[in-house]
Amino acid sequence: MWRPRSFLLAGLILILASLQPAWGQAPVPVIFWHGMGGHLGTVVQALVTQFNESQSAYRVEAIYKGSYDEVVTAAIAAYRAQDPPHLVQVYEVGTQTMLMSGAIYPVYQLMSDHGYQVDWESFVAPVLSYYSKDGNLYSMPFNSSTPILYYNKDAFAQAGLDPEQPPATWDEVEAFSRQIMERDAASCGFTIQWPSWTMIENMRAWHGLPIATQENGFAGLDVELLINDEFGRMHVGKLAEWAKSGIFQYGGRGGSSDPLFLNGQCAIFIASSAAMGTIRQAASFNWATAMLPHWGEPYEKVNSIIGGASLWVLKGARNPDAYAGVAAFLHFLTQPEQQAFWHKETGYIAISNPANELLEREGHFEANPDQRTAWAQLTYSPPTPHTRGLRLGNFIQIRDVIEEELENIFAGTKTAEQGLDDAVARANRLLRDFADLYR
Amino acid sequence: MVHRPVFRNRLLPYLLVLPQVAISVIFFFWPAAASLRYAVMRASPFGDRLFYVGLANFERLFTSAQYHRSLVTTLVFSLGVTVLGMLIALGLAVLANQKIRGLPAYRTALLWPYGIAPVVAGIIWLFLAHPAYGVLTYYLRAATGLSFNWLVDGRIALGLVIVASVWARLGYNIAFFLAGLQQIPQTLLEAATVDGASALQRFWHVTRPLLSPITLFLLVTNTTFSLFETFGVIDAITRGGPGGATETLVYKAYKDGFIALDVGSSGAQSVVLMVLAIILTALQFRFGERRVTY
Repeated sequence: MWRPRSFLLAGLILILASLQPAWGQAPVPVIFWHGMGGHLGTVVQALVTQFNESQSAYRVEAIYKGSYDEVVTAAIAAYRAQDPPHLVQVYEVGTQTMLMSGAIYPVYQLMSDHGYQVDWESFVAPVLSYYSKDGNLYSMPFNSSTPILYYNKDAFAQAGLDPEQPPATWDEVEAFSRQIMERDAASCGFTIQWPSWTMIENMRAWHGLPIATQENGFAGLDVELLINDEFGRMHVGKLAEWAKSGIFQYGGRGGSSDPLFLNGQCAIFIASSAAMGTIRQAASFNWATAMLPHWGEPYEKVNSIIGGASLWVLKGARNPDAYAGVAAFLHFLTQPEQQAFWHKETGYIAISNPANELLEREGHFEANPDQRTAWAQLTYSPPTPHTRGLRLGNFIQIRDVIEEELENIFAGTKTAEQGLDDAVARANRLLRDFADLYR
Repeated sequence: MVHRPVFRNRLLPYLLVLPQVAISVIFFFWPAAASLRYAVMRASPFGDRLFYVGLANFERLFTSAQYHRSLVTTLVFSLGVTVLGMLIALGLAVLANQKIRGLPAYRTALLWPYGIAPVVAGIIWLFLAHPAYGVLTYYLRAATGLSFNWLVDGRIALGLVIVASVWARLGYNIAFFLAGLQQIPQTLLEAATVDGASALQRFWHVTRPLLSPITLFLLVTNTTFSLFETFGVIDAITRGGPGGATETLVYKAYKDGFIALDVGSSGAQSVVLMVLAIILTALQFRFGERRVTY
């Protein structure tokens, strides 16, 4: 029998049920978009769950939006549609774009607006500086790594080299590589990840040399690239020579060269410290890490710079109450316990000194000396104006231009001098374009 | 009196075409208009800075060495994919049109690749031909002693994306050629045989002209495919590299717009592509029609 009343009643219950959380204090949702897939995504979710369970006022909703560039594109589209997420992860090359966008709520301001006294001095210096402007932190460093050297100890032993003695200079990289190839311990000496980041940006910082004018772009918008100087031509020229003789095998951009090291083809690998998880999982040989090779005198040895991504707070989200939740979440993320967890799980460095001291106290670095390398290299000496990081407009395109020209150089279609000159000319045009936008 | 079907309701016909019009407007006209607008602008990624720059984006494109290079790359790539793809497909279709045992199995196998999306086709070829772990490269290296490292050598990279795109499109081309071949009346071929024409002569004088409508159709669709739909293959294998050697016009427009966030230049590039597609199709119909026997 059709009874309208029971339908009404059922409908009422349904409506009330959907409103139910409003009776208890409903946690305010904080929307967080990120680009961490696979295992990294699981670790991010673990941190978010820990935070959500640690308090009841806010509920962070972490959403995987695809690759880094997809996250940025999505965030921009959402911002322009006036419905941005509160928190978004942006890769380091997007830093200047974000800083100038007028779309952000600077992290230092957010934290002080919500009553958090953060001891910024306790952050690892090159990490803090990369995302700071005029001494204030604009985005929260999240996943930070730096290139280090990995080497195949078995191949070293087979070539008659001391497996406890990694190459410390580029001359040693060359000599060891030759010996490894002559003794047939591997078919190539070394390969690299992220060509521009490891071989240009970091090599220059490591040798105390500027990458661009205006303190690498930190001091102003009228910036020009400086990578085609004598050091640049020498270093890239050597790489080209080694590429020709097979000592160096180019394996593509990003992490696409990983298999060359993992399957034993190349005995030395200059790669992100965050590649350690993959290497630990996939390498079937004994390996260890060391600091980046250096060219020695007359160059100084300073510190390497970071790469990775940071968390930006976007203005204009529909639910402004959530910003207090964003501050609470960021505060939670920077605690030594969370940072230590993040470091152990992912290989990204812990961003504060107390977190690293905690890892030291726990005996983590002693048990895993390879995980100390990145921190030791970043803190090798206090950063100079040339080694705080990079602040370039249109940096996404500039890195692409540099890598394109490096590929032309490695393939032998351009000399090191030609390729670097072309890279600088093209990059300077992109830098001028960016400056013109914000004049 | 000519019978003209008339809708009683004056609104109904408009209502019936509405969905198609809506789709065209939302997915074609609107984005096309937006591209036109951005083509004359220089904009910051977040849109907080937006300047009218007239034709500066186009001027910059046409004077850019990279764009010239991309144009040449696209030409080589499109020509390679279209010509190679159609020739191989025609050959295979002729073979599959014979009366042999197990024909359905062959035909199914030949049509198979069409069920695979270009991106997936790209990934398959990436795994086959990767310099570090590809099976194909491994045997090629063992057989020839050459390294086939397309991560360094741009010419090999371009060859590889052409081969992968041809393969991804093969099933489609074979299906159409096969359908075309089967529409050719047996009587004509038999008459030619009686007249003493050899197999080659029969193909050239009977099959080829009768196949021309299909060939024109495939020429148009393949050119469009190679220009616009091979994005997935390139993105999965080379991402435009090394050194820009496989950066076709479409891939460049995507990269500049969605990765580099330069909507002005990307908009201008889209307009160039649009014009290019219109000209190409018009040309093909204009000059292709004359050689086609319907």
